Amino acid sequence: MTTHTSAKTKKGLFNRPTKPYVHPYFGGMVLGIILFLAMFLTGNGLGSSGATSRIDAAIVDAVAPSHVDNTPYLLKMAGGDKNPLDDWIVPVFFGALLGGFTSGAINGRLKFETTKGPNISNKKRWMFSFLGGMIFLYGARMARGCTSGQALTGGATLSAGSWVVMLSIFAGAYGMAYFVRKMWN
Amino acid sequence: MNFPLQSFNAVSATNPWTYVVFGLIGFAFGFTLEMSGFGNSRKLAAQFYFTEMTVLKVMFTAIIVAMVLTFGASALGILDFGQVWVNTTYLSSGIVGGLIMGVGFIVGGFCPTTSLASASTGKIDGMFFIAGGFVGAFLFAETERFFDNWYNFSGYFGRLTLDQVFNIPVGVVVLLVVLMALFMFWGSEQLERIVGGRDMSNEPKLRLVGAGTVVVLAVAVILIGSPSLEQKYSRVEVKRTYIQEAPADATEEELAALEPVSVLMSGDEALQNREIQISPAELFTTLYDQKLHPVMLDVRPEAEYNLFHVRGAQNIQVSELSAFAKELIAEYTPNRVIVVMSNDETLSTQAWKVLVAESVANVYILEGGLNNWIAFFGADDPNIEGKVSNPLDEQLAYIFPAALGDRYECSAPDPQHNEELEFESKIQLELKRDKSGGGCG
Repeated sequence: MTTHTSAKTKKGLFNRPTKPYVHPYFGGMVLGIILFLAMFLTGNGLGSSGATSRIDAAIVDAVAPSHVDNTPYLLKMAGGDKNPLDDWIVPVFFGALLGGFTSGAINGRLKFETTKGPNISNKKRWMFSFLGGMIFLYGARMARGCTSGQALTGGATLSAGSWVVMLSIFAGAYGMAYFVRKMWN
Repeated sequence: MNFPLQSFNAVSATNPWTYVVFGLIGFAFGFTLEMSGFGNSRKLAAQFYFTEMTVLKVMFTAIIVAMVLTFGASALGILDFGQVWVNTTYLSSGIVGGLIMGVGFIVGGFCPTTSLASASTGKIDGMFFIAGGFVGAFLFAETERFFDNWYNFSGYFGRLTLDQVFNIPVGVVVLLVVLMALFMFWGSEQLERIVGGRDMSNEPKLRLVGAGTVVVLAVAVILIGSPSLEQKYSRVEVKRTYIQEAPADATEEELAALEPVSVLMSGDEALQNREIQISPAELFTTLYDQKLHPVMLDVRPEAEYNLFHVRGAQNIQVSELSAFAKELIAEYTPNRVIVVMSNDETLSTQAWKVLVAESVANVYILEGGLNNWIAFFGADDPNIEGKVSNPLDEQLAYIFPAALGDRYECSAPDPQHNEELEFESKIQLELKRDKSGGGCG
């Protein structure tokens, strides 16, 4: 955990005094209310991994449009005159980036650093982070949603499939945790 | 006003506010994750070594709070749960994808949205995770074709909720999930104390008040129960779109500039204005329309159905429709048109009210019922023995010699002789939610 506190309390985005994180139950309650409002107003919950797919599709569509026509999965998002970025999840994705940044700025947590276990080098951590992102998003697209789209949103709407996905995520992570324990402890 | 708001169910360039609303939702989402400490991979990974259970606490608090509020609002009749996206159940791809995600979680230290909170606050590992994510999603798009059949069909159950799986009232499921979450919170705190060696004696007492409040709300959801059918029907809105009539002296540009107008009306107004009663000719044409997927529901008693029915119609009683509506919603396709029919319009109108109250999309009534259908298509059917004089309402007005069901000529009129039927078209597909849309998909 970062307990960095700058000696001088400079005004500015970086190096502000670091404030502690909120209590998990409080954070969870706020998140639950946001999730409820999202469902209440729009009928959609939260999510983000769909946006990664759609940004990918937009890039492929711009670089090699003919490839879109040969890839069934991309065709659904970017085929014909469809704009893959025309989906609610894309503004949610960019909003989340901005929201994270704002909270970091207010609470003095904007800092270029690497969060990792004590026994792993920065370079190794970056490598595994990249690899983990790759594996996670591959699985998220297969399961049609990630921890936000499936576990949170589907969990709250009592979707049977989402509860299965949620348990599978925990099972996969707990099952793998032993083998990568040196990375984190 | 009906929630969720139809106009915000997707982003659209014609309504720029949709981008603002979804952007704000994302903003609040990212903000909360960051302030809960999810920008730090070590805090997230600690969950899987039982030293710090923040992930589970935040996630399950969010789930139970959102769940209690959602089902509470639905029980009070403020929110139409039939219009809320419920992730479709695909067991096989869900399990395999979930296990893969778990591996990615512990190897990479993030999940997709937490990596956004992390990268946006300058964490370099978060940025690498996002970059890897783009590669992973790209690889999925490239490899999906090798298992698309399995991906799209294996273990597919449509829209399926836990109360349907266990066949218990939804309020009871809500309470059970709340109690399970509270038990897990208690267990997590024990683990943090024993495995994580943390001092838990200073935890705020307020959390017990919060736990009590959620339990009380969950019990309230059970006590309120589901809104009655009448309540649901009173909230039904039928959207009809008309082409504006142009003034006689309109120029071509003026004609081109005429926008269709949309009108919202209540269920009773739609019935009164005869907006949803389709003629036998329109139903017949629909049956041969490749773009549509018609479903005919014959709501008469079984004996009359056996005597005569339109070929392809399925027999179901009005009393069974509420339960059947759930199946219809689970199997929703955007091009499906449901046509309810009885001998006249009394029974079928009742059936229509039930289905629209249960949020089934694109339901229509056969105008004049089967009596009108037979008058239109069966005028010269040699097997029909004659007409009943002065039939009562909902009485079959024709005499059939035997219960031949759909083997009468006018059960399935010859399409070749009825190619150019003229009618006033009333079917307007209302797009609710696509199977591939919504959710994270």
